[in-house]
Amino acid sequence: MATIILFAPLIGALICGFGWRVLGEKAGQVIATSLIFLAAALSWWIFITFDGETQRIVLMRWIESGTMGSEWAIRLDRLTAIMLVVVNSVSALVHLYSFGYMAHDDNWHEGEHYKARFFAYLSFFTFAMLMLVTADNLIQMFFGWEGVGVASYLLIGFYYRKPTANAAAIKAFVVNRVGDFGFALGIFALFYLTDSIRFDDIFAAAPALAETNLTFLWAEWNAANLIAVLLFIGAMGKSAQLFLHTWLPDAMEGPTPVSALIHAATMVTAGVFLVCRMSPLMEYAPEAMGFVTFLGATTAFVAATIGLVQNDIKRVIAYSTMSQLGYMFVAAGVGVYSVAMFHLFTHAFFKAMLFLGAGSVIHATHHEQDMRNYGGLRTKIPYTFWAMMIGTLAITGVGIPLTHYGFAGFLSKDAVIESAYVGSNYAFWMLVIAAAMTSFYSWRLMFMTFFGESRAHNSAHGHDDHHGAVHDTHGHDDHHEPHESPLVMLIPLGVLALGAMFSGMIWYKVFFGEETAVRQWFGMETAAHGEAHGEDHGTQAASEAAPEATADTATTETATTETATTETATTETEAAPAEAHSDTTADHSASPGTVPQGALVMLPFTESEQALVDDRLDPAKVEKSEHAPTTIINAAHLVPNWVKVSPFIAMVLGFALAWLFYIRNPSLPGRLAAQQRPLYLFLLNKWYFDEIYDVLFVRPAKWLGAFLWRRGDGDVIDGSLNGVALGIIPFFTRLAGRAQSGYVFHYALAMVMGIVILVTWMTLFGGAN
Amino acid sequence: MENQLLSIITFLPLVAAIILALFMRGDDAAARQGAKWLALFTTSATFVISLFVLLRFDPSNTGFQFVEEREWILGLTYKMGVDGISILFVMLTTFLMPITIYACWNVETRVKEYMIAFLVLETLMLGVFCALDLVLFYLFFEAGLIPMFLIIGIWGGKERIYAAFKFFLYTFLGSVLMLVAMIAMYFDAGTTDIVDLLAHDFGSETFSLLGFQVVGGLQTMLFLAFFASFAVKMPMWPVHTWLPDAHVQAPTAGSVVLAAILLKMGGYGFLRFSLPMFPVGSDVMAPLVLWMSAIAIVYTSLVALAQTDMKKLIAYSSVAHMGFVTMGIFSVNQQGVDGAIFQMISHGFISGALFLCVGVIYDRMHTREIAAYGGLVNRMPAYALVFMFFTMANVGLPGTSGFVGEFLTLMGVFQVNSWVAAVAATGVILSAAYALWLYRRVVFGDLIKEALKSITDMDRREKVIFAPLIAMTLILGVYPSLVTDIIGPSVTALVSDYTAALPADGAQVALH
Repeated sequence: MATIILFAPLIGALICGFGWRVLGEKAGQVIATSLIFLAAALSWWIFITFDGETQRIVLMRWIESGTMGSEWAIRLDRLTAIMLVVVNSVSALVHLYSFGYMAHDDNWHEGEHYKARFFAYLSFFTFAMLMLVTADNLIQMFFGWEGVGVASYLLIGFYYRKPTANAAAIKAFVVNRVGDFGFALGIFALFYLTDSIRFDDIFAAAPALAETNLTFLWAEWNAANLIAVLLFIGAMGKSAQLFLHTWLPDAMEGPTPVSALIHAATMVTAGVFLVCRMSPLMEYAPEAMGFVTFLGATTAFVAATIGLVQNDIKRVIAYSTMSQLGYMFVAAGVGVYSVAMFHLFTHAFFKAMLFLGAGSVIHATHHEQDMRNYGGLRTKIPYTFWAMMIGTLAITGVGIPLTHYGFAGFLSKDAVIESAYVGSNYAFWMLVIAAAMTSFYSWRLMFMTFFGESRAHNSAHGHDDHHGAVHDTHGHDDHHEPHESPLVMLIPLGVLALGAMFSGMIWYKVFFGEETAVRQWFGMETAAHGEAHGEDHGTQAASEAAPEATADTATTETATTETATTETATTETEAAPAEAHSDTTADHSASPGTVPQGALVMLPFTESEQALVDDRLDPAKVEKSEHAPTTIINAAHLVPNWVKVSPFIAMVLGFALAWLFYIRNPSLPGRLAAQQRPLYLFLLNKWYFDEIYDVLFVRPAKWLGAFLWRRGDGDVIDGSLNGVALGIIPFFTRLAGRAQSGYVFHYALAMVMGIVILVTWMTLFGGAN
Repeated sequence: MENQLLSIITFLPLVAAIILALFMRGDDAAARQGAKWLALFTTSATFVISLFVLLRFDPSNTGFQFVEEREWILGLTYKMGVDGISILFVMLTTFLMPITIYACWNVETRVKEYMIAFLVLETLMLGVFCALDLVLFYLFFEAGLIPMFLIIGIWGGKERIYAAFKFFLYTFLGSVLMLVAMIAMYFDAGTTDIVDLLAHDFGSETFSLLGFQVVGGLQTMLFLAFFASFAVKMPMWPVHTWLPDAHVQAPTAGSVVLAAILLKMGGYGFLRFSLPMFPVGSDVMAPLVLWMSAIAIVYTSLVALAQTDMKKLIAYSSVAHMGFVTMGIFSVNQQGVDGAIFQMISHGFISGALFLCVGVIYDRMHTREIAAYGGLVNRMPAYALVFMFFTMANVGLPGTSGFVGEFLTLMGVFQVNSWVAAVAATGVILSAAYALWLYRRVVFGDLIKEALKSITDMDRREKVIFAPLIAMTLILGVYPSLVTDIIGPSVTALVSDYTAALPADGAQVALH
């Protein structure tokens, strides 16, 4: 069944992309869409019936070289099941929505076929994304990783006549490549140390990696931390975290359904998925995870500040996405991967809906994207309005404080913030402030778009200077009145609205409920089992005693492959030499051995962590609780009430301010912007990241290229180094200048004779001795 | 019969060339057509016969197979054979030659000579990969220059004479040193038989020459002499500057052969001679070669960014990709060498296809200036698709063959030197930048240039040319075991012999 899910989109893409000339454009679209719906239905079936037991389906051999082996394979565990549902559901709805959205497009001339291509790209993207989430080894994951990158490149640049779209597409691909650079180095390091790139082998070796040092570049690093950081650099690129985020806002050049599918719900969450997938390794890399937490929190904050002042409706939502991804990374960084996945899950619904809703608005207003030209649309497009309203309530986190009743975002975001409080003060405050700003810019979007007076008359001129390429030549003469979108666009909105309302409440228990429930759902060892291992990584690993220890050196002979297959068949005799091998750390006799069960690993706190955590929790709650706060997920339930209420207060504050600024007194924003002009410009220009990167990287690279070519190749190499030998070339060239090409034969003849003479001389000379 | 298969493959094109030269008269349309058909038929037949060799080839045997040995003139021996390392280069050559011939179907000047040049070239290239005698190898290796020199010099662009001489002098001067080294090898080992030479221990005691301590002794000296020749052929930085000029001036088919096959002779030479015969010398020089490779990748990728001529851009991209090859070879581990061979095979398809892509629009517009194009997708959707496919393959997208080679070589070198791996891996970023930027400038955008308004999409012949290249790029990308199964055992033997030949305390210092 998983195989059908995986290949249905590929088949759809191929039929639609190549077969539409035969079948007709419409048939191609319908086939691609039906196949995705099939995949989505099967995904839900798997998601609901899945029992937590990891399955592995091998399809075919892939790259093999010496000890490095990899297969095309499907790994089916809870993480995969979640992602299957997210990817296929959103993809199916976006396919459906695109029937309406792409029906007419002023970017194309009369009679041009673009729809089949669009649907083929969408389906191809879905296939690549599924390859990513079902991967059983890092290389297959890398395949999906780059595959979604290409699909994203093609779709961002879908309007290939627009220079801005082309530039944005290249930027997205190249910036992602910077991340992939880190990802690839991480894979190489893992292979170097564990001799495998299969997940099971890597996970089994993770405790040993924590004890291993690796010399990389200029210094010696802890292997687990180094690898975790390298992999995270890949995640930063794909998930638009700070410093590698500049491509995401520009990616809004693509058609809006693309933004919903790729740049909100699925592809950009691949980084979060990677970190969660690698949780068995990440758990042994505390410093790296500290970095993840820090960067995630900072990203959430920075993106939210930029979102405050943007005027393009899609860019506001793009920055909101970037900010929410930061939340997910914080959750992963502090060790509650299930919460990261929870937020990823709910976010997919409400953010896809916000984008599709924005698309509906854009569709209704004839491709107008500037919110300053909206206003009063509430009555004109009521269904879209209500959908957006639900999305806004979800993202801002509306719900009843201290209960588990609320919109999806209320449950998942609060879970992130509560966990963040346990793990990091900095992250907690950053996220709470970001939550207030999220609420502000979300309501600002709602108020500017749907409330107040219509400002559509501005659009006739205010249009072209903001995004000249999105022109609506036809919009001016015929019906200018905003119109509600067709049913094919409203149905997906309705379905996603259900998700935005209820997905949080329904699945709260399994993502962020009692530890046992979560562990069971993800197929992990039960809590009792986990606690029995004690409070220390080392002791836990030791009690899981495994056959061989190679923690001492970084030789590539780690026998993890065998170890993984022999599983827990540990014998005394094998364990004995292992003791002898492991040096330095007596209490940390970690060794590569058992593959952890299930989709995630959540280790108990170490002693030093426990001390810190105990200070932060509410003692009254700890006393009453049946579970000792030895793991982050237990601890997160025992934070003080003011922590639990803080995101709600932040949300209300943000709403109140937005109301004050955009309903009560609409002249305030302008005055404030004028008063705080430098700050306003700083935010409006996105902290000047693009400009700085242009000066730091883009221009120097171009300049250096030209310099090396003219000076390096031209002057130095041709001019001097080989110039001595090549001094004769101009001579020959002059000689041949007036000659016809027939003369070349004479030269050739001379060469042949030269070679013959040389060879003869050599053989005679050689023969004489 | 079986033992002569290699000779048959090698000399069949030469026979056809002789027939053309002796019996084909006249220069009318029919004669031209006949010459083309004969060349196409011969090269296709060669490919079919080579398939037999591949089918009968036993990968688990790491020695030479299909060995043919006989007495020859001047007391020399004629000896041919293939092993896991060379067989795929033979296949690459026989596979690409019919495509190349078909690609020059619309050449109308001196067609007969053109076909002869390519047929002779095929014989010489196959000879290089099959020869098991030093003198024979040298003959093929050097003589291969001549047809290429003629192809550039006669059928090339405006600056063809300059480019042809630059090409010839660079490669030839490198070879002179190799010749000296070969004579020295003969003195030392008393044989020119490559199989015997592979078993021979060349001296590696450090000696002093003109006051310099030569670590690795004779082996280092021999290594350097061979290196001079192979490095130019690859070409490695900083002796790469002949390649862009040669490519720019060469006709399309010439560029295809040059990039796809001739460049591989250097890499093959390293694997056949340098590593197995001079392990100590290689070990001494390996760090230098690794760094030269890393520099090559970054340097030429940056230079590619600055190009305004399509062919030059792709030529520089070729140099960068060859950097991955040398890097993989001199990591001397399974992944590195596997990756290097894979990269060479894959680059044969991809770079060949990219030069053909340039050829398609050059045939129509007669310019290679990037600025002369723009918006081709509007009138050439099929072309846009093919060009996009090979652009992505060129940047090493997983699922295409371009990925496997790059990935394995990087993985190989990481185990030896993480600095080199990190520097070289930046090439992956830069390659995306220059390749996509080229594509955008040529294919995307609005079609506004008057001259392009009537440009036509690829015709049937052009599609037929690309189809096998697309198929191979995809197949090897999805199922690379087709290659690694064949080369694997031979590479394993090569690597373990190499390691065994080094001093016990391990001169190869892992830099980790």
